[in-house]
Amino acid sequence: MLLTISTTLRPATDLGFLLHKHPGRVQEFEQSFGMARVFYPEAGEDRCTAALLLEVDPVRLARSRGSSSPDFSLGQYVNDRPYAASSLLASALADVFRTARTGRCASRQDLADGPIPLEICLPALPCRGGADLAHRLFGPLGWEVRAEAVPLDPGFPEWGESRYVRLALRGNVRLADALNHLYVLLPVLDDAKHYWLAGDEVDKLVRAGGGWLAAHPDKGLITRRYLGRRWALTRIAFARLAELGDDVEETLDPPVEEEPGAEPSASTAPAGEERVPLNTLRREAVVAALEEIGARTVLDLGCGSGQLLSALLAKPAFAKVAGMDVSARALALAGRRLRTDRMPDAKRARLELFQGSLTYTDARLAGYDAAVLMEVVEHVDPPRLSALERVVFGTARPAHVIVTTPNVEHNVRYELLAGARRHPDHRFEWSRAEFARWVAGVCETYGYAADLRPVGEDDPEVGPPTQMAVFSRREERP
Amino acid sequence: MTEISVPELSLVVLVGVSGSGKSTFAARHFAPTQVVSSDFCRGLVSDDENDQTATPEAFELLHHIVGIRLRRGLLTVVDATNVQWEARKKLIELARSHDVLADAIVLDVPEEVARARNAGRPDRAFGPHVITRQRKELRRSLGKISKDGFRRVHVLRGEEIDEVAIAYEKAWTDRTHLTGPFDIIGDVHGCRAELESLLVKLGWKVGPDGAAHPEGRTAVFVGDLVDRGPDTPGVLRLVMNMVEAGTALCVAGNHEQKLVRALDGRKVRVAHGLERSLEQLAAEPEEFRAAARTFMDGLISHYRLDGGRLVVAHAGLKEAYQGRASGRVRAFALYGDTTGETDEYGLPVRYPWANDYRGRAMVVYGHTPVPEPEWVNNTICLDTGVVFGGRLTALRYPERELVSVPAEKVWYEPARPLAAATPARDPGVLDIGDVDGTRFVETRSGGRIRIAEENSRAALEIMSRFAVDPRWLVYLPPTMAPPETSALEGYLEHPAEAFDEFARAGVTRVVCEEKHMGSRAIAVLARTPEAAARRFGVADGTTGSVYTRTGRPFFDEHVPELVDRLREAAAPLWEALETDWVVLDCELLPWSAKAEGLIRDQYASVGAAARVALPEAVAALEMAAGRGLDVGALLDRTRRRAHNAARFRDAYARYCWPVSGLDGVRLAPFQVLACEGRATAVEEPHEWHLKTLGLMDSPLVTPTRHVFVSLDSPEEREAAVAWWTALTEAGGEGMVVKPAAHQKGRVQPGVKVRGREYLRIIYGPDYTESLDVLQRRFTGRKRSLALREHALGLEALTRLAEGEPLWRIHEAVFAVLALESEPVDPRL
Repeated sequence: MLLTISTTLRPATDLGFLLHKHPGRVQEFEQSFGMARVFYPEAGEDRCTAALLLEVDPVRLARSRGSSSPDFSLGQYVNDRPYAASSLLASALADVFRTARTGRCASRQDLADGPIPLEICLPALPCRGGADLAHRLFGPLGWEVRAEAVPLDPGFPEWGESRYVRLALRGNVRLADALNHLYVLLPVLDDAKHYWLAGDEVDKLVRAGGGWLAAHPDKGLITRRYLGRRWALTRIAFARLAELGDDVEETLDPPVEEEPGAEPSASTAPAGEERVPLNTLRREAVVAALEEIGARTVLDLGCGSGQLLSALLAKPAFAKVAGMDVSARALALAGRRLRTDRMPDAKRARLELFQGSLTYTDARLAGYDAAVLMEVVEHVDPPRLSALERVVFGTARPAHVIVTTPNVEHNVRYELLAGARRHPDHRFEWSRAEFARWVAGVCETYGYAADLRPVGEDDPEVGPPTQMAVFSRREERP
Repeated sequence: MTEISVPELSLVVLVGVSGSGKSTFAARHFAPTQVVSSDFCRGLVSDDENDQTATPEAFELLHHIVGIRLRRGLLTVVDATNVQWEARKKLIELARSHDVLADAIVLDVPEEVARARNAGRPDRAFGPHVITRQRKELRRSLGKISKDGFRRVHVLRGEEIDEVAIAYEKAWTDRTHLTGPFDIIGDVHGCRAELESLLVKLGWKVGPDGAAHPEGRTAVFVGDLVDRGPDTPGVLRLVMNMVEAGTALCVAGNHEQKLVRALDGRKVRVAHGLERSLEQLAAEPEEFRAAARTFMDGLISHYRLDGGRLVVAHAGLKEAYQGRASGRVRAFALYGDTTGETDEYGLPVRYPWANDYRGRAMVVYGHTPVPEPEWVNNTICLDTGVVFGGRLTALRYPERELVSVPAEKVWYEPARPLAAATPARDPGVLDIGDVDGTRFVETRSGGRIRIAEENSRAALEIMSRFAVDPRWLVYLPPTMAPPETSALEGYLEHPAEAFDEFARAGVTRVVCEEKHMGSRAIAVLARTPEAAARRFGVADGTTGSVYTRTGRPFFDEHVPELVDRLREAAAPLWEALETDWVVLDCELLPWSAKAEGLIRDQYASVGAAARVALPEAVAALEMAAGRGLDVGALLDRTRRRAHNAARFRDAYARYCWPVSGLDGVRLAPFQVLACEGRATAVEEPHEWHLKTLGLMDSPLVTPTRHVFVSLDSPEEREAAVAWWTALTEAGGEGMVVKPAAHQKGRVQPGVKVRGREYLRIIYGPDYTESLDVLQRRFTGRKRSLALREHALGLEALTRLAEGEPLWRIHEAVFAVLALESEPVDPRL
């Protein structure tokens, strides 16, 4: 991976003083992850270019870390670290130009203190968010930005662009600032699962961002992405299965939050009135239905990150609240959201969280007054629905079951592509008639009666965004 | 010398005052792990064996340990004073709750001896009054201890204590040393003629005084020999003679039980055909009646046979009761599980225990007449209602073959019409208990395989959210190990090591099969929707599935079309294999068809970054060199890396081509995993598989090129190496070397030898620069994993071929997926 810094300062070779690296030498700086070298492809009076070339050998890197490292996956050997300007380059840059980054230069302090004409070039910068984001982040810092998207593979034009851009920055910028911009923004643009992360990241951000980050219009995004890398729930076993199936792990992430940003676009609410988000309306509708039927023990099937559990625990009338999810990650998120580790004993005793699957009968599901399937059925492949029905209505058989699911007719009120579903993990979305038919079939087979209700504003044309069925058991056995 | 005997599985309660020598006695006669002592438990909960304040909790622990041991079927000895009735009662209740018998061994030593012993032990600080009190309690107990509920109370005194020998009594139900083969015969109910016909049909020689089988088979009767039918005495006479001669075993049925009570003159309701037996027996000589009564009274509740693999009980037996002895075990064996309700005919409603059965032993039973014997979770009911005009049925074991003869007439009108004993378990229903938590899966070829809980959890999520219907998911392919790292310069893998490995394992002939670079695919195909419904229980009209090695479907919306086209291509197999369904192991091409997302995200991205970054680095270095800087080695290396990156790009691109719908998709089958009644993966050599698959003729199907190699022929080895070299140099992934026929024991089922260029996709573009590091790779875990997964895969196929229930197949398939999440170097 390569970074070049050029100046047209006169004499341009003063760059050597500012960087504290002699233009006539090739200097080596050993890094924990490879070897960084600084050399000058050109060093004339009019123009001088310093190059930082970082060689990373992923094989040696992976081997030296042993098999216990958390990123024990295929990506450890085959990755872009040897070529792309990622956070590894940022940390090499911080190390190699340590003094220059502080703005100290005994022999040319005046030059170090003021802006100088600079050109910076990064041939392969990973840039999640595309060339636009590079403009957004570097533009406000006084750079003239040229960012060209790199095609993924010219042999497969249909694959489109890669996540890399060739970035060229030009501007009159103080050198120390320029280095700090790169130090902070390279990992922010990369936004990858960070493979090799040091501990004291907040301090580093504060130091490197001093003087410019506070005024940056995108400082929220920068801070979030920079520090966000720290957050990683390692799921090695799960990741291995994803790889094995030729899948990208992220695409298999559990659907813990519904409708990420897919709220209705054409707001029909009167001006000035704040809209209540749909997921809040839905949660309130479910809680109200549970109160109406007088349930004291509730089982939330497919509890996700525990939003409903949290609402139920807030009401002491629900003496026992259990959450089940098939995803270990969702359960970990729920535990964190509910702060189970610091919950008072009395409240903790009302809560139970466990991993389970809706397509396997399970004795643990029996004995609750009510079970809730809130935005769950649409995540089950249609051929497996009968297994779910059997598990919930046939075997667990609570007195009441509450099911909510999207009303597909309402999708026209959303900014969705034609035919697209509200969540990528949805296996189907039902119209009101389809839902009613399914509900009637379940009632018939398992001896329940059901009451259908709208959730959210009941649009006269396309119906409510969410539909709900409240099932009540009619007989002991069908 | 005195000898006392205790049951092999029992709770032995030692009784004696402090200082009576219980611990010494226990240490002499039992293994240390069999003895649970109150002093030891007191120490565990208080760090002081004499801390009396810890006594209640010490006993809580003691009971807990004893309970777990009994549940697991282990003989357990309790070393505590047990001089009080309450203490003994709790232990007896504990034994009963686990359906084991309890024996007491009382060490009755004089008070002075106990006192002297305690005086010699400084840690026993309590005063002599304690012993006096215990002694008094013991005295009081001895009078009535026999009424406590122990099977037997052995009282030892004086020298007996030191000299006694302890013998173990086998449980009456334990006939595990008998290995058969058996002919297990359903409820006869006095139908002598049909019984004789059935025995003849089974190959028995039936004479007036009994019957014998020329091949030495043993008959096992499931009980209910008597009542309702025309000749109860005749049946009894025949069976009694056979049992006497050792050619038959018989367990008790509820009708025998009641008949004995009636013969004893007890008050019983004479109904359900009892009247006929009494009538018929009344015509027999008194001597026979007495013999029959003794015979029936002596029948026991159930037998465990063939090393515990087979259990015969009249009404079946759940796993927790097998080999146990208690009133409720006998009641279950005789009457089955009932819900406590009665049906519209006034008969008890039976609880379908077999639906919940997860035991390892096959359970064969009768009691409830059914129109058709049906396997439910490794259990089968053989009562086909001969006396009601049905049939008399036998099961041949271990052949699992059913043989029956029709009733000569309706001998007795049934109280209710015949119906299946257990509502057949919905084939689509699996229980979380089939897959959850840490599990051990028993396999025929690889022993018992452990699945860790953490791995089950990852698999549960993948299985539940993404896998195809479990009824189609009858197999998942195992992982495959590479050979030992090559000793050849420039190679990480080479065929030579694979050949050597198999030769060392005693394999003489191997097949080298071209490794298609695509996505592993399992194709499950049924000839017709009816075949799908019959064999796979899928009745929605679908006729198959094609899924990945993690069980996900290929091309969601095109599955039906892909299945249909494959069924067409498989048409020649229906006749050739005499089957109407088949499971094929294949590779689906191109790789990009399934993996395009991964290729773009992972491989093409790396290629793109390298493609743009390296030439600029080369240019910068060239300029620096032009200035006279010493960058020579770095420049060379960077140029080489640019070259490597280009080859890496070519390596993945070779396995990508555009597909639209199914156009461009190809399938390369290389093994017939299973078909009707046969786990062909186990039974047939690869030559057969490749030849059979050669019958498939379709543009969709790509053949698998292969060569056979006799390992003792250097020429053939050399030719195969040349074949591999040509294959990989032309861009092929490599080859798989397999023993030509299924090999028993710990031999790898296959070893993959991958080509030099292909390995760039695995180890990175520059791996050839780091061969020295990579050659230190360790394949042990991968190889062990491959063997375990292979055993599980074969187990799933065998269970499928033998018609076992879904959960049994799913258990093994799920285990493969769970093992695949074990942390093993994914590059191997």
